[in-house]
Amino acid sequence: MNRYPLWKNLIIGLVLVIGLLYSLPNFFGEAPAVQISSVNPSAKVDSALMTKVEALLKAAGTPFDGMYEDPASLKVSFKSTDLQLKAKDLIQNGIGQDYVVALNLISRSPSWLRSLGALPMYLGLDLRGGVHFLMQVDMKAAITMAMDRNLGEIRADLRDADVRYSGISRQGDELDLHFDDKDSMGKAKDEISRKFPDLLLTSSGLGITAQLKPEARTKIQEFAIQQNITTLRNRVNELGVAEPIIQQQGQDRVVVELPGVQDTAKAKDILGRTATLEIHMVDDEHDVKAAIAGQIPFGDALLKERGGEPILVKKNVVLTGEHINDAQPGFDNRTGEPAVHINLDGTGSRIFKQVTADNVGKRMAILLIEKGIAEVVTAPVIREEIGGGRVQISGHMTTGEAHDVALLLRAGALAAPMEIIEERTVGPSLGADNIKKGFDSTLFGFIAISIFMTIYYLLFGFVSVVALGANLLLLVAVLSLLQATLTLPGMAGIALTLGMAIDANVLINERIRDEIRNGNTPQAAINAGYERAFGTILDSNITTLIAGIALFIFGSGPVKGFAVVLCLGILTSMFSAVLVSRAIVNFAYGRRRVSKLMIG
Amino acid sequence: MEFFRIKKDIPFMSYGKFTTVISLVTFIAAVFMLATRGLHFGIDFTGGTVMEVHYAHPVDIEKVRSTLRALPDVSVQNFGTSQDILVRLPLKADVSGAKQSEVVLADLKSDDPTVQMRRVEFVGPQVGKELVNNGSLALLLVSMGIMGYLAIRFEWRFALAAIIANLHDVVIILGFFSFFQWEFSLPVLAAVLAVLGYSVNESVVVFDRIRENFRLMRKSSVPEIINNAITRTMSRTIITHGCTQLMVTSMLFFGGEALHYFALALTIGILFGIYSSVLVASPIVMWLGVSRADFVKPEKKLEAS
Repeated sequence: MNRYPLWKNLIIGLVLVIGLLYSLPNFFGEAPAVQISSVNPSAKVDSALMTKVEALLKAAGTPFDGMYEDPASLKVSFKSTDLQLKAKDLIQNGIGQDYVVALNLISRSPSWLRSLGALPMYLGLDLRGGVHFLMQVDMKAAITMAMDRNLGEIRADLRDADVRYSGISRQGDELDLHFDDKDSMGKAKDEISRKFPDLLLTSSGLGITAQLKPEARTKIQEFAIQQNITTLRNRVNELGVAEPIIQQQGQDRVVVELPGVQDTAKAKDILGRTATLEIHMVDDEHDVKAAIAGQIPFGDALLKERGGEPILVKKNVVLTGEHINDAQPGFDNRTGEPAVHINLDGTGSRIFKQVTADNVGKRMAILLIEKGIAEVVTAPVIREEIGGGRVQISGHMTTGEAHDVALLLRAGALAAPMEIIEERTVGPSLGADNIKKGFDSTLFGFIAISIFMTIYYLLFGFVSVVALGANLLLLVAVLSLLQATLTLPGMAGIALTLGMAIDANVLINERIRDEIRNGNTPQAAINAGYERAFGTILDSNITTLIAGIALFIFGSGPVKGFAVVLCLGILTSMFSAVLVSRAIVNFAYGRRRVSKLMIG
Repeated sequence: MEFFRIKKDIPFMSYGKFTTVISLVTFIAAVFMLATRGLHFGIDFTGGTVMEVHYAHPVDIEKVRSTLRALPDVSVQNFGTSQDILVRLPLKADVSGAKQSEVVLADLKSDDPTVQMRRVEFVGPQVGKELVNNGSLALLLVSMGIMGYLAIRFEWRFALAAIIANLHDVVIILGFFSFFQWEFSLPVLAAVLAVLGYSVNESVVVFDRIRENFRLMRKSSVPEIINNAITRTMSRTIITHGCTQLMVTSMLFFGGEALHYFALALTIGILFGIYSSVLVASPIVMWLGVSRADFVKPEKKLEAS
């Protein structure tokens, strides 16, 4: 009686050993490291890079502990943060701009553990420090921008097809076209419906209204968010963050998490730049002074140049930032002024060539639009037709500004403006504090429960404590294995789960006492106690599980971490409180005659 | 060691009227508090900016206030120690919250360069609204889930009684937060929902015994059966909750400011959970008219007699 078959003991033992193995990496701590990853497809992370980095560090006399290569990056670990910081600059200067060199932490656990896939728990931003942003994409603006683009293209198209129109303008999300006669209206309608399948045309009288088809609308919105994510990713790469997370959330939101970022102001500055780039023609035919007085010519906008000078710009968009392939800071060949060299893609090059050929001697304006406010960065005169897609922007720029503009352009413009609607920044010192607080709470609570249980239930109390320890071990192992994000509420969840999990053992122990009181033999009491308590344990855990799941579904950020721990903790506690404690009790009391149980 | 060696069943059910009055009074007081004072919602729900900054030396809070005087509706208070300060800024329509915190930090830095940013939280208005919605939805889902489960596992009367008892706990926790104007944040909401799931355990354990007693104690009346069930589970109730409370107390003392209100909500929830699941849920079950026939199938009855 009260013996587990061998296979059951073996399975329990095996689970505990695996639990120990996978929770082990958490005890080794982390070493400062430098992570090198490529931003340019042609720059590979391979053994050649490894040799190069090794040589760089050796030459500067900077000792390192280890070098680890994975498909995406190369990590070098160091004894101290001083060495780490020194090495970061050294490597960045040595291998050039094709790689991002970022600070990171890597586990000190031995390599055999790593080869088993055993990694320490993934710490949330509130524990390791860093920045969390939730950004909302302005979908309305995405649609407006798309319609503006369509407007420009329709205008060019009708001109090419020799269709005369008396007016074309955008009203909200719609385009309004007006004609002098039915004939040209019909032609225009044919032309537009053939070339712009995304537009839904309705005509009344001598006018046509063009709207976006619903599916085209969704497509534009999906594209806008994808484009913005790509752009954010590029910008984050420029920042040099080790393990950034950039994800879509819902239909129009993007989550950005930058662990370990210390200079949050800079991060915010670069990410928060909701700039979009547009190229327009300058209207030099009309008088700027009259415009300032209030007579802005139709189809024009009055803007300001960087220096503060007012300038009249045509509303028609020539080119948008999405056609830019690359941008580099540099200097003007002729004047030596700081400049930005831009490389356009195929479509961009064609449009640019056409426009410059048509407008030699006129000025074009390069607009940077931030939060709905457009600023003319520069308005150079077109000296000749520019083919091949190589464009140079110069004038009114310092070297630093040229660098910034290039960065912004290279990182790609946003398809639609974005706004930070939630920010959670945690400094590194607070992160470390939070870990200590969470750990202390759990530790002291655990000790208090252990003392109480052992005094109250004697041997059975001690067994309960061991089972609770096994629960903690398994919970940490599962969290490590799943690489679920551990947050401070998550750590509180671990503590709370342990406090609640002891319930199962209290139920069992009370039942056993009950059975003894009712006159059962010790062996029968153990058996009946475990059997009868199980139903109750199951019931009570399921209700907590329901709460945990609801929290997981509706919770956000740190609360989700709490919910994950709560749910997993309930599952591991069922195993440890029932099976592990029973196995120990069986070892202590099974297969022999017992006259009295040490249960107090 | 054993705290509870009770020979005779305690006649809990005869206290029914008395406990109901207590419950009603606390419940009404809590509702009154919520109605008149409302909850002091944290920025998770209202939107706004909270910044925690740390100085290398104890700092004069008045001086910090005067530095930030230019900002409208700014609140400055100590946070834990005399070296830590919490700055709160309400939402402003025309300034982006992400920018606001930078301005504040720059101002503080110009005043005292030792200041260090510990934490910045900014929540926009749309996010706050969503969190309120999601929180209410979560509460609803948990209540319905638990009721559904109990209705299947036991009987609808038990489900109804358990959920009334536990929502009564939730209202009382909220009442406390309203009365003391403690900050109601996202972690506190998580604690409230966890308490809801956890306290129901208590009712489940008692109900389990009641059901068992209906089968075993054939001659007893319904109140006797319930009294016996409560008395026999009382030891377990107190000890389990005591252990959980040990852990929560540890959080209250060692968890720092971040976990303070979380632990506080749990403490209130655990204390009232014991009371309500025993002295609120069970009388309700009785009044709803639970009977032996609900658990013991007639065929079996025939066999037994």
